[in-house]
Amino acid sequence: MSISVSHISKSYKKVKALENISFDVKPGELFGLIGPDGAGKTTLFRILTTLMLADDGIAKVDNFDVITDYKNIRNCVGYMPGKFSLYQDLTVEENLNFFATIFGTTIEENYDLIKEIYIQIEPFKTRRAGNLSGGMKQKLALCCALIHKPTVLFLDEPTTGVDPVSRKEFWEMLKRLQHKGITILVSTPYMDEASMCDRIALIQEGKILEIDKPELIVKKHLKDIYNIRANDMFLLIQSLKSYKNHYSIYPFGEFVHYTDKNKDFNSTELKKYLETKKLTNIIIEKTTVTIEDAFMELAK
Amino acid sequence: MKITLYIIQKEFKQIFRNKGMLPIIFVLPLLQLIILSNTATFEVKNIQFSYIDNDHSTSSRALLEKFNASTYFDVVNGFNTSKEAESAMLEGAVDVVLEIPTDFHQHLLKNQKAVLGIRINAIDGAAAGVTNVYILQVLKSYNKQLQTKLVQFSNYNEKPVTIITIPSFWYNETLNYKTFMVPGILVLLVTMITLFLSGMNIVREKEIGTLEQINVTPIKKNQFIIGKLFPFWIIGILLLSVGLIISKIIFNVPMLGSYILMYSYTTIYILVILGIGLFISNYTDTQQQAMFIAWFFMVIFILMSGLFTPIESMPNWAQFITEFNPIKYFVEVMRMVMLKGASFNDILPQFLKTLLYAIVMNALAVWSYKKTN
Repeated sequence: MSISVSHISKSYKKVKALENISFDVKPGELFGLIGPDGAGKTTLFRILTTLMLADDGIAKVDNFDVITDYKNIRNCVGYMPGKFSLYQDLTVEENLNFFATIFGTTIEENYDLIKEIYIQIEPFKTRRAGNLSGGMKQKLALCCALIHKPTVLFLDEPTTGVDPVSRKEFWEMLKRLQHKGITILVSTPYMDEASMCDRIALIQEGKILEIDKPELIVKKHLKDIYNIRANDMFLLIQSLKSYKNHYSIYPFGEFVHYTDKNKDFNSTELKKYLETKKLTNIIIEKTTVTIEDAFMELAK
Repeated sequence: MKITLYIIQKEFKQIFRNKGMLPIIFVLPLLQLIILSNTATFEVKNIQFSYIDNDHSTSSRALLEKFNASTYFDVVNGFNTSKEAESAMLEGAVDVVLEIPTDFHQHLLKNQKAVLGIRINAIDGAAAGVTNVYILQVLKSYNKQLQTKLVQFSNYNEKPVTIITIPSFWYNETLNYKTFMVPGILVLLVTMITLFLSGMNIVREKEIGTLEQINVTPIKKNQFIIGKLFPFWIIGILLLSVGLIISKIIFNVPMLGSYILMYSYTTIYILVILGIGLFISNYTDTQQQAMFIAWFFMVIFILMSGLFTPIESMPNWAQFITEFNPIKYFVEVMRMVMLKGASFNDILPQFLKTLLYAIVMNALAVWSYKKTN
């Protein structure tokens, strides 16, 4: 196992950040930690990267224990914190050189690994990191985390605050890195990114709700989901909540996602009911289940 | 070694790229040295002197003329009544009021004795004391003049017996306060800059998040700390050198002792300050906190250093506290080496105490620096 976490708990005074977390990540796997802000993702990363000690439980990275073998772990992991934390007053090249040097290596030695990413920022290599755009900062940070050829890569919310195009690019880069045999643990609050991972763990309030392949998690969520739309969103939600057969209701973009208690859901019946509530332009249609729906269901 | 060198290189790059910091490090301290050395003076000059002359005689005028001739006193206009003089002193317009009684001249001639009233503004007790001494000196010389005048009229055989003291001022013959202050202020500047910079430096890495990134790497504690602090050690030595040049050129402060001795002491002294700085930054999370704590210690260190006020006149418990003040030792060593030409044996106690301080402080700082929390 590349990463194995068993029964890890951590509290900050009275707040329980992590409660009895266990999971394993196989070598070469792209594993996603999906959860809202404050779910405990960063705490878990800090424990696995030996920056913090857990209160309880055992964690191993590359078969090294995070407490007793922390020195070995620091040699073989790459960590990219959520907050951009490189030297803003050093240039792109200097930043990269700095991290290469403190890992006792050089840019040339591991250039193969970062080549594809570095080429994109190479034209700006004499520019100070503080003057880079968000997407380029991200790429530089990834280069710095990869410069020593780590076997395990920890990415804490790498795509938060990055535009959709750069996000897509970033995930493609991760896929390519995975093919080079690097185990990747990535966290994100964006549910739509979950489908890019091999396996995901849904995490909320320090507890793991579900671990599985993204498509299996969706499959487990057997109930049909309907997109409902009407002229007045607020009234629509109010009305649906008072409908006798409702199971779950939550806004989803311009629609409301609705599930029914009964398997043989009758959309005309619901439509009639909504019309009595003076709603117009009512559209009810079946939709495909996404990770977000599964999460809402599990977090219920 | 290679890693440490690279960090040092990186630190210097960052220092020289910080356009706001550079003048603060190199220009301001020297400006301060030039300005403060001229202003931090204990000499009492330009005393606003006023008088109430009720006598209007030749004697009273001669006395006032004496004050006028003195360089210490600025004689402002006389007052007619005590009340006017008091209100002027209340406003702060005058520092001294000399009241000459009505029969001053007559009393002098008849009884060879007269009484004068002197009022001194003593809000600043030390200055008032000095003013008093100046006034007494003027009166004494006036007295002497009178005596010789009177003696001429009387018996030649009765020579007045006077004791004359001729003081000789050692180590600072001309009583030039700048000679005394410049080495002290130079100490302050070297200490301030190195303490603030080192105190804020590692905290800054904490603030921008790079420290976390570095903590995940296999870099060793000592490599990192030495790499971070060494540049400030160099800056401290540089500041001392430029300061010494300025004190020679502008203030003509003598340098009787050996430069090697001074630099070797400073080498150890800066280590103490860097240790304190690192210790502060280990226990703070923001540059602001670090700055406040550094200031707090700095103010105590300065006031208890013997730079402005002699340590011997502090209460015993305070004197004991000054034993833990590194600035005290540096000020002492600086003055001893520059003005007295002290040798290594003379400063050995300070040298050993500073060395011990450096070892303890740096051990504490390195021990409290943790890569994990």
